[in-house]
Amino acid sequence: MKFGVLVFPGSNCDHDAYHVLSKHVGQPVDFIWHRETDLSGYDAVIVPGGFSYGDYLRSGALARFSPVMGAVKEFAAEGKFVFGICNGFQILCEAGLLPGALMRNGNLHFVCRHVNIRVENAGTPFTSAMPKSRVLSIPIAHADGNYVCDDATFRAMEENGQIVFRYCDDNGEPTADANPNGSRSNIAGICNLDRNVLGMMPHPERACEELLGSNDGRDIFRSLANNIAALAA
Amino acid sequence: MKAKVYVTLKPSVLDPQGKAIHHSVELLGFEKIGDVRQGKYFEIALDPGITEDEARETAEKIARDILANPVIEDFSVVVDPNGT
Repeated sequence: MKFGVLVFPGSNCDHDAYHVLSKHVGQPVDFIWHRETDLSGYDAVIVPGGFSYGDYLRSGALARFSPVMGAVKEFAAEGKFVFGICNGFQILCEAGLLPGALMRNGNLHFVCRHVNIRVENAGTPFTSAMPKSRVLSIPIAHADGNYVCDDATFRAMEENGQIVFRYCDDNGEPTADANPNGSRSNIAGICNLDRNVLGMMPHPERACEELLGSNDGRDIFRSLANNIAALAA
Repeated sequence: MKAKVYVTLKPSVLDPQGKAIHHSVELLGFEKIGDVRQGKYFEIALDPGITEDEARETAEKIARDILANPVIEDFSVVVDPNGT
């Protein structure tokens, strides 16, 4: 099993993802510079958080044109796993690997704090180690996390179980008060129809050690590792 | 030859930044301001040897492929043959 962590100019959560995968998941990881075009040998690729290309034009808009993204599209089409976190989620939406778009937060603030998110679909390779409706405490740190999509896309995603995480309160209720950015229907993370591409605004790689306030993020990475192991068996 | 590209949010998309600007405009004392929407403006300098149609076609392709996100934005193109 081998993970890759993409590195764009301006990525700044790449080392966090690397640390979690190597230390807490215990699997080999490589950094992959955005000019690479070969992803053979990898089972999963993390598109990490940060400010790729300085968030110029739109968050994630310019990273889409990096050479590695052509390879990521082929990689995803082969059914391999692609996991976008924060800016990585924005990049995957801009690249058309996930539906919708992430706009400026409704409150216009850069929000940096722990939030609760609820597992809406425990049947994805990224959530299978957790029960449905489990509430995770995971930090967010973004100004553009306000998920938008048209009504038809939203209905299709609901029907297909593509809404994977919703912002919620301590009791697991997806209330308006628990929504930190105005995201449609409290959406915090979604997957594609084939369930091998996930994007989420919260940072599970920053929630893998008690010292950092929560280790709830580990189960997301472990779910993924379990599924890769099961596929290889 | 210059192409001017205007990128605007689709009418159905809320614009929190435009709303904040609207609020500030009202604080300045301007009255009867119905709404403010924020967009983006690009100037693309093109080879003077090409036709207006070619300039429009090129600018529209650039707008579609990169300048606008079709999920949330619309765009329009104005070609100025004398623009430098």
